[in-house]
Amino acid sequence: MEELSAKELRDKIVAGRISSVEATKAVFERIEKLEPTIGVYISTFEKHALAKAREVDEKIAGGESVGQLAGVPVAIKDVMCINFGATTCASKILENFRAPYNATVVEKLLLADAVIIGKTNMDEFAMGSSTENSGLKRTVNPWDTNRVPGGSSGGSAAAVAGWLCFAALGSDTGGSIRQPASFCSVVGLKPTYGRVSRFGLVAYGSSLDQIGPITHTVADTALMLNVIAGHDPADSTSVEEKTAPVGDFLERLDEPIEKLKIAIVPQFNAGADQQVQKALSEAIEVYKKLGAEIIEVEMPHLDYAIAAYYIIATAEASSNLARYDGVHYGHRTQNPGDYIEVYSKSRAEAFGKEVKRRIMLGTYVLSSGYYDAYYLKALKVRNLIRGDFTKAFEKCNCIVMPVSPTTAFKIGEKVDDPLKMYLSDIYTISANLAGIPGISIPCGFDDSELPIGLQILAPAFDEDKLLRIARMFEKETDWHKRRPAIEV
Amino acid sequence: MAKRIDQAQVRKVAKLSRLELSESEVEEFTGQLSAILDYVEKLNELDTDSIEPLAHCLPINNVFREDCVRESLGTEKTLANAPQRDGEFFKVPKILDDSSGA
Repeated sequence: MEELSAKELRDKIVAGRISSVEATKAVFERIEKLEPTIGVYISTFEKHALAKAREVDEKIAGGESVGQLAGVPVAIKDVMCINFGATTCASKILENFRAPYNATVVEKLLLADAVIIGKTNMDEFAMGSSTENSGLKRTVNPWDTNRVPGGSSGGSAAAVAGWLCFAALGSDTGGSIRQPASFCSVVGLKPTYGRVSRFGLVAYGSSLDQIGPITHTVADTALMLNVIAGHDPADSTSVEEKTAPVGDFLERLDEPIEKLKIAIVPQFNAGADQQVQKALSEAIEVYKKLGAEIIEVEMPHLDYAIAAYYIIATAEASSNLARYDGVHYGHRTQNPGDYIEVYSKSRAEAFGKEVKRRIMLGTYVLSSGYYDAYYLKALKVRNLIRGDFTKAFEKCNCIVMPVSPTTAFKIGEKVDDPLKMYLSDIYTISANLAGIPGISIPCGFDDSELPIGLQILAPAFDEDKLLRIARMFEKETDWHKRRPAIEV
Repeated sequence: MAKRIDQAQVRKVAKLSRLELSESEVEEFTGQLSAILDYVEKLNELDTDSIEPLAHCLPINNVFREDCVRESLGTEKTLANAPQRDGEFFKVPKILDDSSGA
């Protein structure tokens, strides 16, 4: 069963060849075996999941119609609200928080008859690139347990790679789906900003955050996107159907794009490790053999993406995280001297260092006297970066580049140097600033058998083509079939 | 080279952020935030005088709906996560000082 993709499992469940209860029990057996080593789940819902699995099995036995994810065990990053368990954001401040409602994506998963089995570990409030900033537990990379799984959706990526679920949801503010997908050799998609509702996604950088799938195959990502995409009246930044129709992303997935034109940014890519560059060149060769034309483009402002991002994202975070006040929900300090200390002590006691650092940086760049020099400047550079993409996409269908300059780094390697950690986001961040979709798909391994991802970026709301381009590569290669040797 | 942000500024930002920092955190953050602010200086290499700021990638318009009564969470669910409550209220320490005669 572990060899099945989510879509294959769904088909077998619908055909009555495997029951959802069997599949769910198999996943929980695997969790029992591997969770102590990999550490992906902050919470699991075995009873709840089995009840849902039985419900789906009964529907199928009774000849009733079922949803697109019928009986498939899926995991969600612990940054999305559920009304049947905890939502912690891997933070001590929300350790005991139970949301009174489901995020829209959770409602959609349940409506599609998915079996939600648990909530995955992450960098606290999605701030980080290694999942080491979790305030609650440690997740390791299933390909090398001395290394990080990437972040911030490291738990979701490691859960998919380790087959501790059949598919997962992550969230991506600056690369938090694509980079861990790359580190763990799975598929990860950041959809266009506005494609998926953010209602019930705990906010970090609201103009950048987007929920997306992490899966074994491109088809599974298409399937998950089918379920979660679409307008939501509860999220005024989710785009209306008439602007961005949600079709069936699986329908034409196997149709290659004719006269495919792919752009590369040679100077920008030169910053990646040799082995990452080599894997990228080989991936480009695969597309050439498929008849794609490769063109070179200049995108002079991409080098400024990290600087712009860490001003904009932290500014938004400082505002978004003001809600953790020790009054309405979350941790509250014992015996505060006055009401100010309710805020300042509660927050000091329960936020981790990276969260404090980003709140501080965001508060600073928004503060009187610095707003124009930092925040406004960054917003202008954001416009230049988006302009680079607009110009590039006039000449091509997509841009390919690395996901990360390196493969998975060692646990502890970058924790004491936040700037060094930020710099590892160089290839992923600009898609968030420009609001465009990006995918990471497995494209090779380095000499230490660590996975390398290929990133493909497409114009806004062009997920259909983006997935087909990714599928063209996947069909020609076997990288996505390799499995980590994490049997204990 | 002088640090881009000093300890006094870090303390001020911490106060604005409602974060009570320890002495060692003040020291640590002063160094780290200075390094980050040094790095973001590179934005000044770009001439952006004629560029509009882009706060959001979608054309943001007000989204209106009918002003009608809908189901809400209700008191119990709303207060369920409160660290301290008093009946139907969130409980907080005294905000006004009695001694002022207020």
